[in-house]
Amino acid sequence: MIDLTLILAAGVASGTVLLFAAIGEIFAERAGVLNLGVEGMMLFGAVAGFSVAAATGNPWLGLVVAMLAGGLLSLLHAVMAIHLRAEQVISGLALTFLGTGLARVLGDGLSSVGAVATLPRLTVPLLAEVPLIGPVLFREQSVLTYVGFLLVPLAVYWIDRTRPGLHLRAVGERPAAADAQGIDVVRLRYLYVLVGGLLAGLAGATITLAISPGWFGDQTTNGRGWIAIGLVIFAQWSPLRAALGAYLFGAIFRFIIDIQGVPAVLGFPNPFQAGRSATFFLEMLPYAFVIVVVVIGSREALRRRVGAPAALGIPYVRGERGG
Amino acid sequence: MAGPQGTQPRTSTPLAIEAVGIVKSFPGVIANDHVDFDLRVGEIHALLGENGAGKSTLMNVLAGLYRPDEGEIRVGGEPVQLRSPRDAIAAGIGMVHQHFALVPSQTVAENVLLGLDRPRFRLDLKRTEAEIMSLATDIGLRVEPSARIWQLSIGEQQRVEIVKMLFHGARILILDEPTAVLAPQETAELFENLRALTDAARSIIFISHKLGEVLSIADRITVMRAGKVTAAGLEPEGVTRADLARRMVGRPVLESLERTKVEPGAVVLSVEDVTALNDRGLPALRGVSLQVHAGEIVGIAAVAGNGQSELAQVITGLRACTGRVVVDGRDIAAGPVRAAIESGVGHVPEDRAGVGSAPNLSLIDNLIMRRFRQQPITRGPFLDASAARSKAQTLQGAYEISAPTLDTPVRILSGGNLQRLILAREIDAAPRLLVAVQPTRGLDVGAIEGIHQLLLDLREQGAAILLISEELEELLALADRILVMYEGQVTTAVERPSAADIDAIGLHMMGGEGADSAIDRASTVG
Ligand SMILES: Nc1ncnc2c1ncn2[C@@H]1O[C@H](COP(=O)(O)OP(=O)(O)OP(=O)(O)O)[C@@H](O)[C@H]1O
Ligand SMILES: [Mg+2]
Repeated sequence: MIDLTLILAAGVASGTVLLFAAIGEIFAERAGVLNLGVEGMMLFGAVAGFSVAAATGNPWLGLVVAMLAGGLLSLLHAVMAIHLRAEQVISGLALTFLGTGLARVLGDGLSSVGAVATLPRLTVPLLAEVPLIGPVLFREQSVLTYVGFLLVPLAVYWIDRTRPGLHLRAVGERPAAADAQGIDVVRLRYLYVLVGGLLAGLAGATITLAISPGWFGDQTTNGRGWIAIGLVIFAQWSPLRAALGAYLFGAIFRFIIDIQGVPAVLGFPNPFQAGRSATFFLEMLPYAFVIVVVVIGSREALRRRVGAPAALGIPYVRGERGG
Repeated sequence: MAGPQGTQPRTSTPLAIEAVGIVKSFPGVIANDHVDFDLRVGEIHALLGENGAGKSTLMNVLAGLYRPDEGEIRVGGEPVQLRSPRDAIAAGIGMVHQHFALVPSQTVAENVLLGLDRPRFRLDLKRTEAEIMSLATDIGLRVEPSARIWQLSIGEQQRVEIVKMLFHGARILILDEPTAVLAPQETAELFENLRALTDAARSIIFISHKLGEVLSIADRITVMRAGKVTAAGLEPEGVTRADLARRMVGRPVLESLERTKVEPGAVVLSVEDVTALNDRGLPALRGVSLQVHAGEIVGIAAVAGNGQSELAQVITGLRACTGRVVVDGRDIAAGPVRAAIESGVGHVPEDRAGVGSAPNLSLIDNLIMRRFRQQPITRGPFLDASAARSKAQTLQGAYEISAPTLDTPVRILSGGNLQRLILAREIDAAPRLLVAVQPTRGLDVGAIEGIHQLLLDLREQGAAILLISEELEELLALADRILVMYEGQVTTAVERPSAADIDAIGLHMMGGEGADSAIDRASTVG
């Protein structure tokens, strides 16, 4: 049988990947910039982090390089979207192609590297003993999982309770109003797109240096950048809801992998056992689910007029008429 | 053209702020051409000028939003460099922009904090709210610090803007067309507040297109045209409305137009017991019935938010409703927008940039939007570009739309020109019924004259016109009949309205009790 605790614990671990990427995207979008390049930034971060860790034997160095790699790509999008006022959807898609392409080239031959030193796993002393929660959240988790735990309240606090967060929200909702109050719209947008890139790079490194170490080409991220973008809408741009969604999806992903190893359920042969064609159907489900969530989520956002930052995707030009 | 004729500042009243020789150009226009302007401590100095004269540009320079190409700004006699709005705020200058600069999803307190350097990091909204409350009560402005901006009426939002400036320590207040969006009673309240502020040694620059208002509130008046000052520091005692209008526009303006007698014809529009919801899902129209005849202008008077916008949307097919909307005998209530268009309903919407035009498309595209399905502009599945261009050319000439070229995106047009374009398109389609919402909001006297003339001409040609306006003077000048709407219902009808009815109509717009007795010819509509 399947051990639920283990699935949930592994789900939290793989949910951390989605968490970083989604919260990064939330920052960028709350500032009014849509960046659809998450998948590319993640993959580029993943390969950069992995190859540095493989070459130096230092996963921490790999982690830093991964974040910088994601950040670097995001600045490209920032220049296109903020300075050149390009269509953000197109620019973001281009970024995904670019990141994926770069990762393929750089990753050539990396899949045979095999094991590299990964980031440490920790068990939190007392908390790990709490029934139910302990084994799921605090036992033998990667340090990055704990970073994720801390990032969520930090992001909520930053956005809702601080002056920089107030400025962030103003820039994404009504940049002209922020500008009239002396807030530097362009600088803040650059900054938060960069934050999004750093976190996407971190998400990539979370895969290759912590959760499932190794390089598997495009399959390393396997579309999870897109799921993170879906989560942002599902979460209505709230880091807390994004975290819940991320862990939920993490668990679903995990469950899909685990169920493939089970030969029979309640005496019936498992139709999803590895090797059977139904497996593909199963693996498709999270993505289908994201589409449904995005459709429902955005309808909901439209209907209740909540959620999406009002200036999302719209370049800002001081004093332009008719906006 | 009248030359600058400045009155020397009395040495007894010090100057709060002074702009000397300001030059600011944008690609293709010199918006400010060596402009001098000064404001005395404790005065209300009105700035007048036609659309595009450069008023907002000058004020944006004073508020630190635009850097002038040339010129100097002095605050309290000292030259200052205003590199950003923050510098201006620090120098005690605050501006309420023509289009409010508030973040709708945030609270009043959050909006007030936006322009400040404090707190350092953590927001303490409770404390800020208390501080705003005490400041607001000190000066007698009513605000609710924890309310979100989108929940507030326009008048309330304006009070928030004023409180925000004062909270930032502004002693020089710039109000760019503050009354353009206010109901008469709200305007009166604003004026009381402004007087209280000047009594407390604040100085105010006040921009408006409404000459009557300017004459009643201003201590001095400066007029701009085409980037230059044409009259500086006039005392209101010495000038008349006609004077001011002539100085603004450069020619005499007829403020009241000739209205020929037109015998109303058959019923064109009949709205029967219509109910509809607003954007937030609350009832906006609660059983509205009205009729408009051919050759008749029916005015709707209402304070913003009483269902008049929704009424226009229902009639033009943009909002779902129950009940019947009959145009020339055909019920279009259930139908798509196209049913309304095909029944000959023209629409001059309230939101000119969002609904009335496509800002990034050219004059041509915007002008043919209503005709693109008809010959000769359409040919089979194709548009005939040269036919479209010649159509646009004719309209541009006939309606005097000034624009660099026909291919210019319409977002570049001034408010008056954009409105002429929309009217040109709608009137050219020869509507049976024209629904015009706030057609002259924010326009200068010259532009208003032109648009009123267009509406009167259309009426003479036998079209039915439903005119929705918060401007009572406009309704009185044009309408054959005025209906007052309050909270989603037509509460009163006034036949052949005259200036004597203004106060009573105003009272009805506010839902006032006992207003009925004030209107002689009024009949309450069931
Ligand atoms: N950001 C800008 N870019 C280009 N041109 C501009 C810009 N802002 C203003 N202009 C131009 O400068 C001129 C002055 O505009 P401004 O907004 O100051 O006029 P205004 O007197 O405030 O008019 P209104 O009464 O319509 O508000 C106009 O020709 C306008 O088209
Ligand atoms: Mg202006």
